[in-house]
Amino acid sequence: MELPGLFTYWIVVVLMMTGFYVVIAQGNLVKKVVGLNIFQVSVFVFYISMSKVKGGTAPILEDGIEVYANPLPHVLILTAIVVGIATTALGLALVVRIRETYGTVEEDEINAREREP
Amino acid sequence: MKRKAVLRVNAKLLIPLILLFALYVQFHGDFGPGGGFQAGVIFGSGFILYAIIFGVEVARRVAPAWLVRIGLASGVLLYAGVGVVGMLLGSNYLDYSVLAHDPVHGQHLGILLIEFGVGLTVACSMITIFFIFAGQRPGGEGR
Amino acid sequence: MIAAQLPALQVVMPLLAAPLCVVIRRTAPAWSLALVVTWACLAVSIALLIQVLDGGTISYEIGGWAAPWGIEYRVDLASAFVLVIVSAIGSVVMPFARVSVVREVAPDRIYLFYTMYLLCLTGLLGIAITGDAFNLFVFLEISSLSSYVLISLGRDRRALTAAYRYLIMGTIGATFYIIGVGMMYMMTGTLNIADLATLIPAVADTRTIQVALAFLTVGVSLKLALFPLHLWLPNAYAFAPSVVTAFLAATATKVAVYVLVRIYFTVFGAVQLLETMPVRGVLLGLALVGMFAASAVAIFQNDVKRMLAYSSVAQVGYMVLGISFATVTGLTGGLVHLFNHALMKCALFMAMGCIVLRIGSVHIRDLDGLGKRMPLTMAAFVVGGLSLIGLPLTVGFVSKWYLVQAALEQDWWPVALLVMLSSLLAVAYVWRIVEAAYFRPVPAGAPAVQEAPVSMLLPMWLLAGACVYFGIDATRTLEVATNAALFLLEGVR
Repeated sequence: MELPGLFTYWIVVVLMMTGFYVVIAQGNLVKKVVGLNIFQVSVFVFYISMSKVKGGTAPILEDGIEVYANPLPHVLILTAIVVGIATTALGLALVVRIRETYGTVEEDEINAREREP
Repeated sequence: MKRKAVLRVNAKLLIPLILLFALYVQFHGDFGPGGGFQAGVIFGSGFILYAIIFGVEVARRVAPAWLVRIGLASGVLLYAGVGVVGMLLGSNYLDYSVLAHDPVHGQHLGILLIEFGVGLTVACSMITIFFIFAGQRPGGEGR
Repeated sequence: MIAAQLPALQVVMPLLAAPLCVVIRRTAPAWSLALVVTWACLAVSIALLIQVLDGGTISYEIGGWAAPWGIEYRVDLASAFVLVIVSAIGSVVMPFARVSVVREVAPDRIYLFYTMYLLCLTGLLGIAITGDAFNLFVFLEISSLSSYVLISLGRDRRALTAAYRYLIMGTIGATFYIIGVGMMYMMTGTLNIADLATLIPAVADTRTIQVALAFLTVGVSLKLALFPLHLWLPNAYAFAPSVVTAFLAATATKVAVYVLVRIYFTVFGAVQLLETMPVRGVLLGLALVGMFAASAVAIFQNDVKRMLAYSSVAQVGYMVLGISFATVTGLTGGLVHLFNHALMKCALFMAMGCIVLRIGSVHIRDLDGLGKRMPLTMAAFVVGGLSLIGLPLTVGFVSKWYLVQAALEQDWWPVALLVMLSSLLAVAYVWRIVEAAYFRPVPAGAPAVQEAPVSMLLPMWLLAGACVYFGIDATRTLEVATNAALFLLEGVR
């Protein structure tokens, strides 16, 4: 349980909380999407770091390779990355349209404009 | 950025290579690292580079919206269609082994077609996303 | 041969039809395609339910890869039940959509509506049918992403901010879900739900699994709009096009409830989760608070769609309440309420769609005297509303009866009392609309209003009729729900 061996998990936790904080605390809609991305990236790191096998290489079929990393989480995360891109693109597209109709991407200004008839 | 000669010449040199590399990643995917997702993104980035250097309007002439849209849809159709062919040949959905007389050949053929479908859709969606965002005018009223 | 391929067909048909709609692009053919496909989906799901009732759980190996390694589609009674709910709503909404969409969606985006609708259906059916925890995440995101688009198609500009908020909250929920799945994978090395169920008990006491459970619970609760995590729902439902609201309100949260049931009773089934961990108290408390708080807020809404959206949050409370009992009666009540609430909410939101079509607004002051101007629409609304209250002879009564019984079985009579009391709140908000529609005069100078077209009335009355039919003769739904509950609880007992 020595600390350096598990440092990736600390990175994951720090990234996750940073991203989560940005999503909650930022009023700017674009920055919220950025925060969401950081939040998701932490999960990607989490999956990839858990598939690492000590002393293992990349999981490619070659002669003489006995120990290799678990390839499954990589594949899962490839899918999750694609989902993340789709979410980001859709989120930003919504922000663009919000900017077109409201003229701003700040949450408090949008709320103020929603309250007026 | 149309007037910068260095950019223009280099882009013209690089874009074919980028597209070629994309095809390599695409069709090498069943032997080594690679596959449709990566290839699609690389292929799309070739177009995006072209659009950045020569302008979105010119790039739209190369890849008109209707073509990209059909590419987008046909990639998914190809993917799902290969699965259905497996079903029609009497096996489970997405079972490639029945696609050729030999199961190993079938697996090769299946994954190649599937990855091509993925690559096509990913490349087209990258291009679409870029075109839509790049087509925005600063004051709104884009598209 | 086809019988063996049904589980794949269930998901593949709408998946194939969605890109075809993009290629076709013209409104009428896209609608016809979507109509054919959704009804075919309903047929497939009913065939699957019959197969499961006859021959037990069906397992389908995608790509021919055997189960714990490959992705498995697994249809048991609970998933077959949810499949029927989703595809039934999906197919009944389609005929309704044709006219309503033209009114509420920009003409150049209508083909996108059908594409996204089919993708959303694919995702929701996929969630119910898949036996793989990560595949479930992918389907969850397919359905969520398409529902964000569907919501943003609304004409009101607030639809955009509602869709954006839903996107942020939904993505956080889905990401929490994969964190949970990742932790379970870390401890067990498998993603197959059935396999997880056998491997979890050995490691259930570790902190990793407990954290995983916490992430899964919060993530899925965001998706199903459990009380304090429901903030995305009211605006999303209020400003989306009516068809979208009718479809999503009846299916999206239901499928999320199903995911919660799956996690608690299948994945963690052998652990006796609700008995050994404080989860039950949390669920019970939140469900009860949600029932009252959301209903109370609903009473003060002037936008009727928003009112119904808050009532949805309250109704989700009943379903979660059923889960938290963890007894056959309670779970039966929760599951049967999935079906019943889907019927009545879909009918109610369809009535809203008819009103938007003819009046252009669902503000309560525009509903004055509508009972005389659009009698058939308002009558269907009243049937749905009575069902929401839980009047005998409607479906709402059946599910509440079971929930009250489940509470009494465990001697939790305050809970039983609270379930009945919360129905009174439903009376209050349904009455406001009934009063406006039937007891206030038609405002002077109001333009003449036609009744909604038959293509919209028919699906609406089909559902309203089903509300009454399954309220009078609930044997069939109860039989399926009870068996599903028994099946799910086998892991526990």
